[in-house]
Amino acid sequence: MMADLLTVDALTLATAETVLVEDLSFSIGRGERFGLIGESGSGKSLTSLAVLGLLPPAIRATGQVTLDGQAIVGAPERKLRGLRGSVVASVFQEPLTALDPLMPLGRQIALPVRRRLRREGRDSTRTAVRREVHALMDQVRLPDPQRLYDAYPHEVSGGQRQRVAIAMALACQPRLLIADEPTTALDVTTQVEIIRLINTLVEELDIALLFISHDLAVVGQMAERVMVMRNGRAVETGAMQQVLTRPRDAYTRALVTAARRFDHALEGQP
Amino acid sequence: MSRSNARTGKTLTLWLSLVLVGAITLAGVVSFVWTPFALSDMAGGRLEAPNATHWAGTDRLGRDVFTQLMIGARIALIVGAGAVAIGAVIGVITGILAAFATRFLDDALAAFFDILIAFPTLLVAMLVVAAREESSLSTAILALGIGLSPIVGRITRILTKQVLSQDYITAARVCGTSWPVIVIWHILPNIAPFLAVNLALQFGLAVMAEASLSYLGLGAPPPNASWGRMLQEAQGTVYSAPWGAIFPGLALFALVIGINLLADGLRDRFDPSRRSA
Repeated sequence: MMADLLTVDALTLATAETVLVEDLSFSIGRGERFGLIGESGSGKSLTSLAVLGLLPPAIRATGQVTLDGQAIVGAPERKLRGLRGSVVASVFQEPLTALDPLMPLGRQIALPVRRRLRREGRDSTRTAVRREVHALMDQVRLPDPQRLYDAYPHEVSGGQRQRVAIAMALACQPRLLIADEPTTALDVTTQVEIIRLINTLVEELDIALLFISHDLAVVGQMAERVMVMRNGRAVETGAMQQVLTRPRDAYTRALVTAARRFDHALEGQP
Repeated sequence: MSRSNARTGKTLTLWLSLVLVGAITLAGVVSFVWTPFALSDMAGGRLEAPNATHWAGTDRLGRDVFTQLMIGARIALIVGAGAVAIGAVIGVITGILAAFATRFLDDALAAFFDILIAFPTLLVAMLVVAAREESSLSTAILALGIGLSPIVGRITRILTKQVLSQDYITAARVCGTSWPVIVIWHILPNIAPFLAVNLALQFGLAVMAEASLSYLGLGAPPPNASWGRMLQEAQGTVYSAPWGAIFPGLALFALVIGINLLADGLRDRFDPSRRSA
């Protein structure tokens, strides 16, 4: 069996005063969909930044993070940049602020596309890049790529912005996609569309997924395995189905019960 | 209703500023090819009041004041634009470096900017003139450019830090974008609108400072005409022939207020945070 794509081993993140994430260990196999769930402040977003090697300077990391065979913790910025552009990519929570407000959408997708074409030694002329960007826009189901190519972020809807962000992430052809609460800022119908889109793309392109959310119901649709975090620690890790039906930890049980009750309330049951 | 009034008012101010700056720029440009008299032509009587031949009167030596005003406009604009260009290049580069630097270097540069700003621009400019041991047009431009650079540097540093904290910078880094590319494609375009307004205000300051330098005899030397030196030369005769001081003073006032209003108008137009939805 091949080594896992991402291995996090005894990761601890701390500022000078407080420990934010403590002794975290998990791994994601190639093509696997992994969920990370927890309330805000539980350290899940920090964990994703640690995987990307993008921790703020004030936060110190100890332990091991291995991505595609390369150590992340303590690696020089140059090496991290190479990994970020090719192995791992990320989609953020708020698509409006994650896009440059003054750059046309197509150009924002074109920047990573051109870098990848150059890296692969392929034709990176303006037309070749543009063709590739159009293909990506089709892939994320953006309508009318001709028009949207020159549109600015404030001119399109939240769902379309998130699709552009996903296209930017896919432009690097990553093997691991980190999605940090990608639907939280969207309305419910758009949420469903984006979740469906990420699911399809991850499957089609055989990308591993690290899906971060506070919403158990959303993670339930995305992940095969899940880790529940609370106050910087993992309280439970296991197969999605098992965690949902037979939660071992009291906190997980509370989460599941709360989600169930909410579902029942929506369906009008007692 | 009041909103549309406010908008009309703003449009009017913008037009007024364009007319003021435009007229002075036109005078400066035309002065290259035509002036009513030659600059050193002492054809007129001494201290003539404004009349049909000498539209703004004559000075002590019988030279045409309107001619001097036109050439002074040219000098003011050249010095202002040159100084702002030099100040912008030095200030933007050091400001961005400071924003990217380590904590210690950043603090040091920020303190350096603050100390330089605490020095009056004019004093810094005088030191540069003294160091070059001559006063010429290029010295005046260089001196004022260096004097303005810490102001530009400080605002660039703050604006860059603001942009650096935005999600789209993180998003670009996640895609593997290198820092130089981020500076050119994401940071510069995003600080440009705010910086442009600030540079326009600096232009006004530079024009004032140029007049002050010339007034002190440290600006562009003759045969260049300068509003500052015209004011200085008219000082002795201000009671008998006030027009010698009034016209250059008015020209200076019109240009500086025109530029400031223009900067205001531009900010209302381009500042995305003030743009109404």
